[in-house]
Amino acid sequence: MRFYEYESRRIVERAGIPVTRYGFCTTAGAAREAAARIGGPVVIKSQVLTGGRMKAGGVRFADTPEEAEVDAAAILELEINGHLPRGVLVDPKADVAQEYYAGVVWDGTAKRPLMLFSDMGGIDIEEVAAEHPGHVGRGHLSNLIGPGDYEAKQVIAQTGLTGSELTRATPVLARLARLFRAHDMTLAEINPLARLTDGTFVALDAHMEMEKEAKPRQRELLVETLGIRPGDTREAYTPSEFERNVAAIDAADHRGVIQGRDHGFDGDLGLVIGAGGGSLTLTDAVRSQGGRPANYTEIGGNPSVAKACGLAKEVLSKDGVTKIAVMMSIVSNTRVDIVARGVIKACLELDRDPGETIAIFRIPGAWEEEGFKILDRYGVEYCDRSVSMWEAARRAVEKVQGGDGGRAPNAAGGRVLR
Amino acid sequence: MSILLREDFTFIVQGITGREAVNLTRECLDYGSRVAGGVTPGRKGREVHGVPVFDTVEQAIAAHGAPVDGSVVTVPPAFTKDAVFEALAHGIKLIVVVTERVPRRDVAEMVELAGLHDARIIGPNCLGVIAPGVCKMGGIGGPAKDAAKAYAAGSVGVMSRSGGMTTEISSSLSAAGLGVSTAVSIGGDAIIGSTYAELMPLFEADPETDAIVIYTEPGGRMEAQLAEWRRNAGSRLPIVAFMAGKFMDDEEMKGMTFGHAGTIVEGPDDTATEKIARLEAGGIRVVERIDEIPDAVESALRSGDAMAGVARSAR
Repeated sequence: MRFYEYESRRIVERAGIPVTRYGFCTTAGAAREAAARIGGPVVIKSQVLTGGRMKAGGVRFADTPEEAEVDAAAILELEINGHLPRGVLVDPKADVAQEYYAGVVWDGTAKRPLMLFSDMGGIDIEEVAAEHPGHVGRGHLSNLIGPGDYEAKQVIAQTGLTGSELTRATPVLARLARLFRAHDMTLAEINPLARLTDGTFVALDAHMEMEKEAKPRQRELLVETLGIRPGDTREAYTPSEFERNVAAIDAADHRGVIQGRDHGFDGDLGLVIGAGGGSLTLTDAVRSQGGRPANYTEIGGNPSVAKACGLAKEVLSKDGVTKIAVMMSIVSNTRVDIVARGVIKACLELDRDPGETIAIFRIPGAWEEEGFKILDRYGVEYCDRSVSMWEAARRAVEKVQGGDGGRAPNAAGGRVLR
Repeated sequence: MSILLREDFTFIVQGITGREAVNLTRECLDYGSRVAGGVTPGRKGREVHGVPVFDTVEQAIAAHGAPVDGSVVTVPPAFTKDAVFEALAHGIKLIVVVTERVPRRDVAEMVELAGLHDARIIGPNCLGVIAPGVCKMGGIGGPAKDAAKAYAAGSVGVMSRSGGMTTEISSSLSAAGLGVSTAVSIGGDAIIGSTYAELMPLFEADPETDAIVIYTEPGGRMEAQLAEWRRNAGSRLPIVAFMAGKFMDDEEMKGMTFGHAGTIVEGPDDTATEKIARLEAGGIRVVERIDEIPDAVESALRSGDAMAGVARSAR
């Protein structure tokens, strides 16, 4: 879960890391007041959850409150990568002597957090690491003890910093490491961390991401401190109608889990597919063989007939979908017969012939004999585990593209795509 | 033989009274596994398919009268870390964590503490381990008769980030007459107890294992770690890999996770394309199609080289 800059700043501030006297504003008038309160030149920054705001014109400099108001009004209406800002941050223009980078990330191989520090701040840390490796200090943290100030000090000292620079930067990195752990962050960055001309360190920009799984136990920070609503998921895009409908069907019934996505998909073959790895494998198999999926789904656990039916109906109702392929890797928990009943019911309720609409049913495993009997009755083509996931996907693609030689495309609502 | 498990391997189930745990207990017992006891706080005195339930791990071990080798942990995410710590405190050396959605920080703490106790964690977000005909630890393969159908004893070690695909791949190896020595569902999260490279030395030491198949996905650096291990270890075992989720490399899929929490692509090295290149550079054969796995294993076994049959230019 991503945070806006103004929230990230609040998080570091709360952890005892100095920040400038910034203001977060949602109107141009408020930005003018904030600039007047600050006094002197200010920076106005768009608050969006996307990169590249500098390039897009989302950061402006103003010398007077009047200019700040004009700049804020322009930024508030400026869409960046399809995102309108939540507001603007009004920040005093700081007297910067030098910029640094301080960050903490997970190292999945070491299974420990990794502290990073550089005396070349303000630019991308990957770039610094690649081109100036001597300017990046690193150090892993224990998950069980600390982090101690000395660990932060060691990392900073690797870049050659000494004197008051070192002693003043140390608590900043140590506190960042502690908040990373305390708040289940997956990324905590201060870039740039600035040393002002008076020698003090302040965070001029901060970027935080929290692990989704930890949201329930971070309620105090999320809701009480930052005022984030529980429904504010911070996804990279707004869920589509299909995605919202599938989520609602899933939430209505605790049996099994279904998920649906159609962001980035616009084909004609509806996919009612399942299990995490199986869905990835099958989506690739369809696309590699020239198929155009209309969506992505995951069936897991042991969904009820109603749930499987609801999912299949949503997929079938998508624009351009002519047939669905119902496929999973070998199942041991999900019951084949229940999914079979669900998808057939979906066809019947939409007044479509299951035999024509379901291009292929390939779910081997638990209760398969019962499932296959039902499929037989409705003339649905199915296969067991002797037919690979690749081959099942091939058959589905061939049918939806009208090349099966036998069956005509669905007369009820289908169109021939060749 | 097998890795991790053996005929007389004994384990407990923590969270045994949960719905999923009741099922997997039944499946494991039917398969012939030795389930010594179960733990659910406050449920002491009950039985689950004849397995006695206790309040604490300490009680379960005391009642068993001997140390137990392993534990299957299937408790809600908020309690998982504590359950694993409890198992470690009582000398349990192999812990299979089934639970999904355990925060990364908790997983990292569990894994670090396990290291200090010289213990091993498999998972979280996994289905467990099976050594065909020897022992089944966890829900892997499902009911005993289904597990027997998909997993025939043989010579291939299987490791997979997807529980379902562990069974799918093992079934195709069994159908091809190759069979499986041990299959490990390693889990789908960003941080897991045992990665491919961390399990490889065990397979290397297992005389029954002649080749390895891995199922992998975008996200993380586990594949790079395996490729590096193979280059440095001078391993006798050819490795065949299958990469799912290639569609996630598309521009419009950036920043999204599919399937498992671990598929989050956090850097340019985490994409499917990049990982395939790394695996191949490490001498690991990456098959394009899931149904090519048994043939790729057979040809690797004939020549002793996973890259056999792959044109030199493609290496």
